[in-house]
Amino acid sequence: MTGGTFVGMPAFPEAARAALGDTQLRHNLAHATHTIRDKRARVVAEVEEWEELRVAGTAVKEAALRDLATHLEQLEASLTARGATVHWARDAAEACAIVARVTHAHGADEVVKVKSMATAEIGLNEALEAEGIAAWETDLAELIVQLGDDLPSHILVPAIHRNRAEIREIFRRRMGDVGRPAPDDLTDEPSVLAAAARAHLREKFLRAKVAVSGANFAVAETGTLVVVESEGNGRMCLTLPEVLISVVGIEKVVPTWRDLDPLLRLLPRSSTGERMNPYTSMWSGVTPGDGPQEVHVVLIDNGRTRALADDVGRQALRCIRCSACLNVCPVYERVGGHAYGSVYPGPIGAILNPLLNGVSDPQTASLPYASSLCGACFEVCPVRIDIPSVLVDQRAQVVDSHRGDAVPKPEAVAMRATAWAFSDARRLRWAHRASGGAGRVLDRLGRTTLPGGRRAAGRLPGPGAAWTSARDLPAPPAESFRAWWQRTDGGRR
Amino acid sequence: MRVALLVTCINDALYPDTGKAVVTLLRRLGVDVDFPTAQTCCAQPMVNTGYLDEAVPVVRTYVDAFAGYDAIVTPSGSCAGSARHQHSIVARRSGDPALEAAVAQTGPRTHELSEFLVDVLGVTDVGAYFPHTVTYHPTCHSLRMLGVGDRPRQLLEKVRGLTLVDLPQAEECCGFGGTFAVKNADTSVAMGSDKARHVRETGAEMVVAGDNSCLMHIGGLLSRERSGVRPVHLAEILASTEDSEGRSDGPAVGARAGERA
Repeated sequence: MTGGTFVGMPAFPEAARAALGDTQLRHNLAHATHTIRDKRARVVAEVEEWEELRVAGTAVKEAALRDLATHLEQLEASLTARGATVHWARDAAEACAIVARVTHAHGADEVVKVKSMATAEIGLNEALEAEGIAAWETDLAELIVQLGDDLPSHILVPAIHRNRAEIREIFRRRMGDVGRPAPDDLTDEPSVLAAAARAHLREKFLRAKVAVSGANFAVAETGTLVVVESEGNGRMCLTLPEVLISVVGIEKVVPTWRDLDPLLRLLPRSSTGERMNPYTSMWSGVTPGDGPQEVHVVLIDNGRTRALADDVGRQALRCIRCSACLNVCPVYERVGGHAYGSVYPGPIGAILNPLLNGVSDPQTASLPYASSLCGACFEVCPVRIDIPSVLVDQRAQVVDSHRGDAVPKPEAVAMRATAWAFSDARRLRWAHRASGGAGRVLDRLGRTTLPGGRRAAGRLPGPGAAWTSARDLPAPPAESFRAWWQRTDGGRR
Repeated sequence: MRVALLVTCINDALYPDTGKAVVTLLRRLGVDVDFPTAQTCCAQPMVNTGYLDEAVPVVRTYVDAFAGYDAIVTPSGSCAGSARHQHSIVARRSGDPALEAAVAQTGPRTHELSEFLVDVLGVTDVGAYFPHTVTYHPTCHSLRMLGVGDRPRQLLEKVRGLTLVDLPQAEECCGFGGTFAVKNADTSVAMGSDKARHVRETGAEMVVAGDNSCLMHIGGLLSRERSGVRPVHLAEILASTEDSEGRSDGPAVGARAGERA
């Protein structure tokens, strides 16, 4: 099973255009995001000290990031002291190679996986497949994506773009290819679908010698990794196999055990809209006679130190992957996750991908613009990541990366001309005289009258067509405000 | 108190009646508002598209035009947000300490209209009369960047003759987003058509907001649908009185065909 890949995705506006025409996607997403959005709002409203909690969670992550190297070294020492093997990986290729090497060392040709963004980010499944190792996703939504040769479209619910009828179809057609087939009487009832997945996955849990996970948090002082989940499938992976390999982004470290307090309270309410998540698994190295007897932790950078060096953007490393920003985002709600071309979609993806990878690639460079800057994401973020400010800063990085271009982009020419006119009120008066003249002509020739009586400007050419293709625009008035003010002495004449 | 009007580039060029309405309204409330003619734009179009170097001379024009005023009033949450939250970024980029010092003066003194009326002047009943059914769209920057809260509603609720109906999903973005509206036109229109649908669901005659840029987008869609629903700026409702209502030169009902000078 190859699974999809995001490589070669078109820039956001083009991908979004295609997604907007997908009726099923629009319907599924509008329903799903509104449901989870409302649920989050309800459970957050229950917590009187929510704002204090946000501030506390932010402080914990900031403290960790401020002295990251020290906390990571402490994490390594704590883990090693408790019998875990710590590996350091600079990038995706190194991390994948480590996981493959450990798996091969145990003669295994398959691994069961706990849902993990880090392993999705590094393309672990595809890398393992190339090494002859099958990686089985055990999170229900990840399983749906994997069986459907699909791409994830949401951080928490990667199959959010699928409805139950589609899921039934995927299970019916594909489960038999990779293990226990779906029962013949499979319906699209959620409980029936879950039961089919349960029976299918149970075989794999009981057979696998090696499990791969990520971690929501890594406590430096105790060497404890934490996985938070809803289904219990992660718990199966974390306890049954002999070998456990956890791939953990270096920004997941928190200094002390107590630091988990605000974060574990913020995460479930922000994420699934639950007061508390059903399963919290914590393990510190190897516990003799209990659970995996060989524990590996792969600490990956993969662009994180690059992000850390970005004064404005580094706050994105506070992210605890709750996906509240996706659920509340009006852009995400309409275009879905695939349009972002990354396992990290939505507002957080729009800033995280440029931070991890830079903006030299046109697809990544289109992401900071994939937002109306409405600010709903910042409002719900449990660790107060000011996503709109980061987006604006990254737009400047995109523009700056083109300042040396031999031929400037039309947008740059237009912006410079506008800025030139706005740099001196005398130039602006000339521009108004021109627009007023156009307005007089349009007033006579225009065929559309807007509600209230003004004449519409009609269809504009060039970039203006992007506006008028769907929206009327009033024709400019013959007299600007400043011309009126000067002619009438501010209305006094 | 020396009060200056920041009319905004879009009102200056496209919606002069909104500027006239602010002047009418403030004078009625006893504020002798000035219009510094050296003003141009808050520089938000450049900043939000990533053109920070280009924004520097525009911000310079802003601080020069508004230097010395005690309060700068603007009929735009977005432009007030730009002055308060983004001018410092541009000033830092310029590397000019004098500009940094200047924006630290003008930024905090820039008030969105409803903030100025409620917080600075301390009025909610501005003596307006507007016998129409309207629905209010809280624009994102006024709501989330400035935190104007229910000030516009407080003002609207005191307008005689006015019926205010609730807008479903009111706090969701209309999809304008500055250059987002053309750089990601399809997504912008998808968002806007949902907003327009919610406006129509209310049965209101008009949709009111504190930003003409958002209204240009929502109104542009409503007009293309031939819905008959009209966008109207908060300032024009608040400026309207029994004397001006129905008169052809009143700001509240201004911008009729053939009315322009």
